Amino acid sequence: MNVEKIREQFPILAQKVHGQRLVYLDNANTTQKPRAVIDADRKYYEETNANIHRGTHFLSEKATAEYEDARAKVARFLGARASREVVFTRGTTEAINLVAAGFAQSVLKEGDEILLTGLEHHSNIVPWQLACGRTGAKLVVVPITDSGEVPVEEFEKRLTPRTKIAAVSHVSNALGTINPVEEFIRLAHARSVPVLVDGAQAAPHLPIDVAALGCDFYAVSGHKMYGPTGIGALYGTEAWLEKLPPYQGGGDMISSVTFEKTTYNELPWKFEAGTANIAGGIGFGVAVDWLSAVGLPAVAAHEHTLLVRATEALSAIEGLRIVGTAPRKAAVVSFLLGDVHPHDIGTILDREGIAIRTGQHCAQPVMDHYGIGATARASFGVYNTEEEVNVLAAALKKVQEVFG
Amino acid sequence: MNDLRDLYQEVILDHNKSPHNYREMAHPSRMALGHNPLCGDRLRLYVALEGDRIADVTFQGSGCAISKASASLMTDAVKGKTLAEAEALYGKFHDLLTGPPDVKVTGEGLGKLAVFSGVREFPARVKCATLAWHTLESAIKNVPEVAKTE
Repeated sequence: MNVEKIREQFPILAQKVHGQRLVYLDNANTTQKPRAVIDADRKYYEETNANIHRGTHFLSEKATAEYEDARAKVARFLGARASREVVFTRGTTEAINLVAAGFAQSVLKEGDEILLTGLEHHSNIVPWQLACGRTGAKLVVVPITDSGEVPVEEFEKRLTPRTKIAAVSHVSNALGTINPVEEFIRLAHARSVPVLVDGAQAAPHLPIDVAALGCDFYAVSGHKMYGPTGIGALYGTEAWLEKLPPYQGGGDMISSVTFEKTTYNELPWKFEAGTANIAGGIGFGVAVDWLSAVGLPAVAAHEHTLLVRATEALSAIEGLRIVGTAPRKAAVVSFLLGDVHPHDIGTILDREGIAIRTGQHCAQPVMDHYGIGATARASFGVYNTEEEVNVLAAALKKVQEVFG
Repeated sequence: MNDLRDLYQEVILDHNKSPHNYREMAHPSRMALGHNPLCGDRLRLYVALEGDRIADVTFQGSGCAISKASASLMTDAVKGKTLAEAEALYGKFHDLLTGPPDVKVTGEGLGKLAVFSGVREFPARVKCATLAWHTLESAIKNVPEVAKTE
């Protein structure tokens, strides 16, 4: 993999920030977009724009074909058996809300349990809390260890006859931990418990094969996969998607409507009410093709090198503590630097042209586990370089200079 | 580095390291919590009132250098002031932080609080500097819930 050739495809990386070369290390937050994705967006609006699945004219048919072609691309990328198992959503958050709302309506009863891990992003906690509020079900949380791992035996212990679904992150956004989701799925399925995997942080970094994993649901966000914002996907097995009720009502999700009765559209359109983010869907398709062309195994290997290098370089800085030290991690380094608050670190790095995230990373329970309010987080993507790791390490020394 | 030096002035770094009035108060007339969910900053503010005068004000909590120094300097600044005077001071302080960058700031009437003039170059940090003041406001109004910066 030639990183320089990849970087050339990302126009935004060529710019300077505060007079410094941009070093973008906020990829777990959102990734930058390659020219192919940006061009697809413009091309759609210049040459194709029309509403899909309705209308008999040339452009409408063209837009429909491109949108459904994008769905097929995403289905292939995730390893789904068929396109009808892929629902386009606004992102991972909406995908999880769709499943949680469906479970609240047709599965959950008072006293039922929803199993989560202590690593979850707020978007894999709050939708389930809403479902609990509507049904009287309750959340059961698998605690994490101090290295930021979810022990398989702790997960197993909390599977009970009342467990109706397990919702687990594949990769932790706050710490980078790669969860043993294969084990979670095996154990849950042994007790007939379905599993939703929040794949927002995994899909851009690891080869994903939902059929091989055997999960019941897998949620991803386009914008974390070098695609547009406002588009994502929910993979669901056909059996589950058939079973769940529609998420929203409206146009496109129906086959027939009278005031007495409505028949819902078939999969996946049953879950896609209203005019879709058509350009976003098409751009998402281009993004997954782009990622596949680079090759997920190559991406994973490159990012692992960056993770190892960053872990070494940052650990060598006096007073720096890495939070989240699981042996299996994606290229995310969450850290604290002496008494300096992460927000101050973020401001000083920004003036050096370095973009990181600081705060609780939408994962307050993770921060609470460590008894801290926030961390600074550098997260790497396909276009980052070892040189950028060095720039980060040097800038952290400047932070120490400012704070004496 | 120049605007960083404007932001992290010595006075701010000193107050961050050794904040003034940083202690629990045994019997406060008012107490309020401040929380900035974006950074995870948390602040607990205690106010002792004598009539409409702030006889004493103390705080505890964790936060960035800007929010901690701001809380520290705020407690120094409002101690002994009437509630109306404290409110007027907050108004002036707010103008200092959010005024247009091309207009020169005098910091008149702000005393030591003028050290925060560098914050206006860092819009993302304005909320850090105002967290303590927001919290003071809810303590004064006796708003029961946690004061938020957004």
